[in-house]
Amino acid sequence: MSLAQRNEQVEVCLSRSRSTTVKAYSAQVESVRSGMSEGVGIRVIVNGQQGFATAGSLDYEVLAQVIEEARGNLQFAESDPDQGLAEPDGIKSPNLDLVDSAVLKMSDQEKSSIAIELEQRCLSADRRVSSVRSAAWSDGWGEFALASTNGISVYTEGGSCSVGVQPLAVEGNETQIGYAGDAARRPDLLDMDRVIAEAVEGATGMLGASKPVSERVTVVFEPGVTSAFLGTVAGALTGDRVVKGRSPFADRLGEQVGASKLTLFDDPTNIESLGADNHDGEGLAARKNMIIENGMLSQFLHNSYTARRLGASSTGSAVRGARSTPSVGLHALCLKPGTLDREALFHKVGNGIFVRGVNGLHSGVNPVSGDFSVGAYGHKIRDGVLAEPFREATIASTLQRMLLDIAVIGGDFEFLPNGSGMSSIAIDDIALSGM
Amino acid sequence: MKPLSSLLDRELIQETLAEAISNGGEWAEVFVEDRQNASADFDEGRVEAMVSSRDLGAGIRVTVGEVTGFAHTSDLTRGGLSEAAQAAAAVAKGGGQVKPVALNGDGVAESNARILPETISKTRKVELLEQTNSAARAENPAITQVNVRYSEGRRRVLIANSEGLFNADDQTRTLLSVNCVATGDQGLQTGRETVGYTVGFELFEDHDIEAMARRAAGRAITKLAARPAPSGQLPVVIERGGGGVLFHEACGHGLEADLVNKGASVFRDRLGELVAAPSVTLVDDGTMGVEWGTIAIDDEGCPTQRNVLIEDGVLTDYMWDHLRSRAAGRPASGNGRRQSYQHLPMVRMTNTFVTNGDAEPRDIIADTKNGVYVAQLGGGQVNTATGDFVFGMTEAYLIENGEITAPLREGNLIGNGPEVLQNIEVIGNDFAMGSPGTCGKDGQGVPVGDGQPTLRVGALTIGGTAS
Repeated sequence: MSLAQRNEQVEVCLSRSRSTTVKAYSAQVESVRSGMSEGVGIRVIVNGQQGFATAGSLDYEVLAQVIEEARGNLQFAESDPDQGLAEPDGIKSPNLDLVDSAVLKMSDQEKSSIAIELEQRCLSADRRVSSVRSAAWSDGWGEFALASTNGISVYTEGGSCSVGVQPLAVEGNETQIGYAGDAARRPDLLDMDRVIAEAVEGATGMLGASKPVSERVTVVFEPGVTSAFLGTVAGALTGDRVVKGRSPFADRLGEQVGASKLTLFDDPTNIESLGADNHDGEGLAARKNMIIENGMLSQFLHNSYTARRLGASSTGSAVRGARSTPSVGLHALCLKPGTLDREALFHKVGNGIFVRGVNGLHSGVNPVSGDFSVGAYGHKIRDGVLAEPFREATIASTLQRMLLDIAVIGGDFEFLPNGSGMSSIAIDDIALSGM
Repeated sequence: MKPLSSLLDRELIQETLAEAISNGGEWAEVFVEDRQNASADFDEGRVEAMVSSRDLGAGIRVTVGEVTGFAHTSDLTRGGLSEAAQAAAAVAKGGGQVKPVALNGDGVAESNARILPETISKTRKVELLEQTNSAARAENPAITQVNVRYSEGRRRVLIANSEGLFNADDQTRTLLSVNCVATGDQGLQTGRETVGYTVGFELFEDHDIEAMARRAAGRAITKLAARPAPSGQLPVVIERGGGGVLFHEACGHGLEADLVNKGASVFRDRLGELVAAPSVTLVDDGTMGVEWGTIAIDDEGCPTQRNVLIEDGVLTDYMWDHLRSRAAGRPASGNGRRQSYQHLPMVRMTNTFVTNGDAEPRDIIADTKNGVYVAQLGGGQVNTATGDFVFGMTEAYLIENGEITAPLREGNLIGNGPEVLQNIEVIGNDFAMGSPGTCGKDGQGVPVGDGQPTLRVGALTIGGTAS
């Protein structure tokens, strides 16, 4: 902060991270990749004009250049009275311990063995598994520090490890690929058995899949797909989108936007989520925020800028790396689970489809208009049980309709590697396009 | 600015290679990258932010048999490089038979830019943003939001390996994109246009950005009256330059040798076979003018070239990087690319396109009784193992009785690569490249181009909601 000049608001973010990825192929190590990254990002604000600059180094000399560059940039930004750094709001950080030393102590040898084990166990799990496209171990550690002329000064450190595997299953002329992964703060929390079983089943279970007939159906999303869907919805409920008129929910605060069984919140204070954090991207304490309660839109998520724009308070939802300016986002999106396990859910749905995966989310969902159309694959549900697999189909509706059409929320709640806590959900009246 | 080779001295590189290979490695490589980016965002009628960034670092790679060790560092001192070289070398287990060959070449490259964007004042860049914004807003009062983004990137790379390769490149790309939101009775719609090339600031001498802004606004306005897209299989006509991504997804990824070698491609073991309609010739060409995917050398130092992948419907070749071509005992094809010095290179596309046929575009439409006309596709995604792909239609219309009629709301198309290639019924004579793209693979993004003439696919599944 000693670099700040009079009348300037200055915020400096520093980060440093280390990561290792080991991949296995044909029972041996295919590649070992490791490295260290550093970054600095500096915001300078004078009279509502903001400038930002960043560099991939923590040298003091570079820092001085970056602050000059940020000052140069700010002269070209127009003044905005709501522009400014976060003000301390007195809320206490949850003080979570986000690093476990077990990962830091692992040797490359141990990591390699895990990657090889993943590959080999997939190959021996089912005779139809012909090879494994990728079997990987990754771990990472990072630290983040932020200090500002508004008196905010925070430091966070975090680490995690993950595994992921993509087996290929072959029968006749047909090949299918599966994927499963897990992530945790401690290696012993990684569920290898489940990852292998899910990945192999993901490939072999799709053998023989065909294109379904086009019809309107009830769709059951598995938790990972629920996460993709509700993550897109929650993205449209962030202050960024709302202030810029890019949310279909912008004028719906306090209204019923979803089925009454739908309750959605962001909770970075829950250590069980890999999205847990002590602070947001502007150094305010992480906190739990309700988003949709019993179907009613309770609040938008804000950083300090979008909050000022709308006369609200920051919800501690700034997200960023040191190398970018703070936007508004989710840390650990959670869905309040229902009670039915997956079998009971299928039974309740009776007839429909179970979607195991979607693709084209980045191209087929328009979070401004709400149009939703994605590629989908999975299984038919017939008479309350899983039936034959389908592929090369799309499912379509709008985000607005889908929230209201949620028929059942499952009790199979789990925290996913992306930090969200999700269950299976059933949504009525979706257009399935195939033949 | 100093040439990159003087940022990292030749002897230091030679020493680093020697250290990297000394633990029993068979081949070693040093990749140095200096990247400077600047961008400016114009939103809600004003400059929102100007951002600049600088990244400098090196990635060191060592191979022994089929095993690769890689380490990256932002510390380019002797100590930092030595630490990274040792980390990368750790995959080898002692020994040390191979000695690196003396570096061959000067490691200097000239910039591709005629006018380096960094020499242009920020004031001039802000004017461009304002001009684009005004043109989009003037198009129609229903345009309620306009976001304009300017970005420039200069990436200087230096690649040296233990076989004596010592190549450099100085790549500049400049881009302006505009995203409009139109508000109508039935909600919001968006329209987007981008102009971006592997050039410097001369981009704005050669392109009319106001016309681009009006096109983006027009797309959003048109869609206000859009009806839900159909659900089910229909013939699809794709406008020239609007759908090269189809080929990028439908077959391009499946022709990447790394995926082919692992059995993860539907095109494995099919060289010499008819894999597409006989009218289809598919090319990947990293040397193509100033297109977005153009590079003089790939990120392994190999010069790019024109690679014919499918010729008159017959699969002629895959795309190759160093690792895969060496294993196959053939030359690389200039397709080894990486997102940054922090990443391992792999097989990637550059500019991927279908060449001209001989049909008149208007006849293609007139000969389509009922179907969908896609003017612009968004991004896509493919499962290379099955060939199933999806891509978004960002501007599309119904074709009724051979005429383009009502605009359609957004949705995805889905198809199967090998089936679609066989099912291309007619190809126009009006080839054009499309918008600049970023291709993602295994978490790495690289700039790519794509293109195609107007053409018709016999049937694709349209993921709409109308029956």
